[in-house]
Amino acid sequence: MGSGALILLLICGVLFSAGGILVSKAVARTSKNAQKGQPYECGVPTEGNTWIQFNVGYYLFALIFLVFDVELVFMYPWAVAAKATGIFALIEIIIFMFILFLGLLYAWKKGALKWM
Amino acid sequence: MLLTIYDFTRLTTAIHTWLTSKMGDTLVMLSEMVMVGLCTLTFFVVLCLILVYMERKVSAFMQIRMGPNRVGPWGTVQAIADTVKLLLKEGLTPDGADKLLFNFAPILVVAICFAAMAPIAFGKGLAIWDINIGVLYISAISSVGVIGILMAGWSSNNKYSLLGAMRSGAQIVSYELSIGMAVLSIVVLSGSLKLSDIIMAQESGWWIFRGHIPAIIAFIIFIIASTAEINRAPFDMAEAESELTAGFHAEYSGMKFAMFFLAEYVNMFIVCAIGATLFFGGWMPFHIGGLVAFNNVMDFIPSPIWFFGKTFGLIFLIMWFRWTFPRLRIDQLLTLEWKFLLPISMINLLLVTLIAIMGWYF
Repeated sequence: MGSGALILLLICGVLFSAGGILVSKAVARTSKNAQKGQPYECGVPTEGNTWIQFNVGYYLFALIFLVFDVELVFMYPWAVAAKATGIFALIEIIIFMFILFLGLLYAWKKGALKWM
Repeated sequence: MLLTIYDFTRLTTAIHTWLTSKMGDTLVMLSEMVMVGLCTLTFFVVLCLILVYMERKVSAFMQIRMGPNRVGPWGTVQAIADTVKLLLKEGLTPDGADKLLFNFAPILVVAICFAAMAPIAFGKGLAIWDINIGVLYISAISSVGVIGILMAGWSSNNKYSLLGAMRSGAQIVSYELSIGMAVLSIVVLSGSLKLSDIIMAQESGWWIFRGHIPAIIAFIIFIIASTAEINRAPFDMAEAESELTAGFHAEYSGMKFAMFFLAEYVNMFIVCAIGATLFFGGWMPFHIGGLVAFNNVMDFIPSPIWFFGKTFGLIFLIMWFRWTFPRLRIDQLLTLEWKFLLPISMINLLLVTLIAIMGWYF
């Protein structure tokens, strides 16, 4: 099967999940209640808005991840060719990794890897 | 010499030629798609039932309990009873929630699960789509899953959900790096991204045995990072019951909750299947290079039995982790990844490259 498989599987997934939810909607009993629609939070009403500014720590990790993930994508084609290329591939990746590692050390030193 | 009687390509070609003799090209393609779709759906449902039952039985085994044993023989129908219960429950949507995203998130998560199953080889010649960039495809597809989790947490309009989703996002993207490095070390050894090529490269022994200590280190990193990747204990920060009620799916109930639940189990299967394929040779029987008689005896066991045996062995290992290690704190979790696993996996990748280029593996 060609790339049709991807579309087919996505359709299967949507059928399975949406079908299940719709069947459940058809057979399940429902009742309306003002308390039911409230957020689940220990019984007391929520204070303030939920969609607020968030701790920057999470985004910092996302940013470092982005840098490293782009490097990782570069390494996929290298990994396929490494064995055929021989010792040159090893030297190349050592230089690449060294630069990557310096980046990690810099982030470490700057305290980006520390929580809060 | 691999036995040809267990080769599923013969079966699929036979079906294909029979269909082409009966009808036109478009109809053949359509009927094949329907068949594959039905098989996948059935497999998905059976897999979910088995995994849920297995999780409960393994938990019971670890805690010296009986586990489910009332519904059906040895409680085997318990998972079906649970499904019926969830089906009959009311699926609530909170008043303040973002209705569209809230209802779309479980569908996205399950669809991603299905799509990630495409390149997995369940037996010799038994893969839905043996794409030539299989490893990259799986890592690309499975990283979309985190969007579903963030979507669910954000749209619930609940502070616990949002916190759980954010933690989960930070955790999943962090551990994706080590998982990528561990996978790359096997790609370097095999010289291909295609899963069937990687399996065939292990014909004279699985990589975990042939790749010396670096391959074992890569496997350990892989199994730690994948446990974190699928949000299983001890890395289940996203749904730490004691502090976040249930994390990103706190507001979900009924069938929508069941979808997250099932997706988590199927993700566990996918991760273990990839681990089994890369490090333990997928459907490749246990071969020792040079021992022809021994290898021929091993070939008599059908390839799907090998594949599922290895995969469920790894699943058992991950379930075992849950009852062995205490949950990590979020800062410990990120420290473990960025300050330990990532540098180790970077150096390990260099070692694997050295071994592969020098031909020092067995």
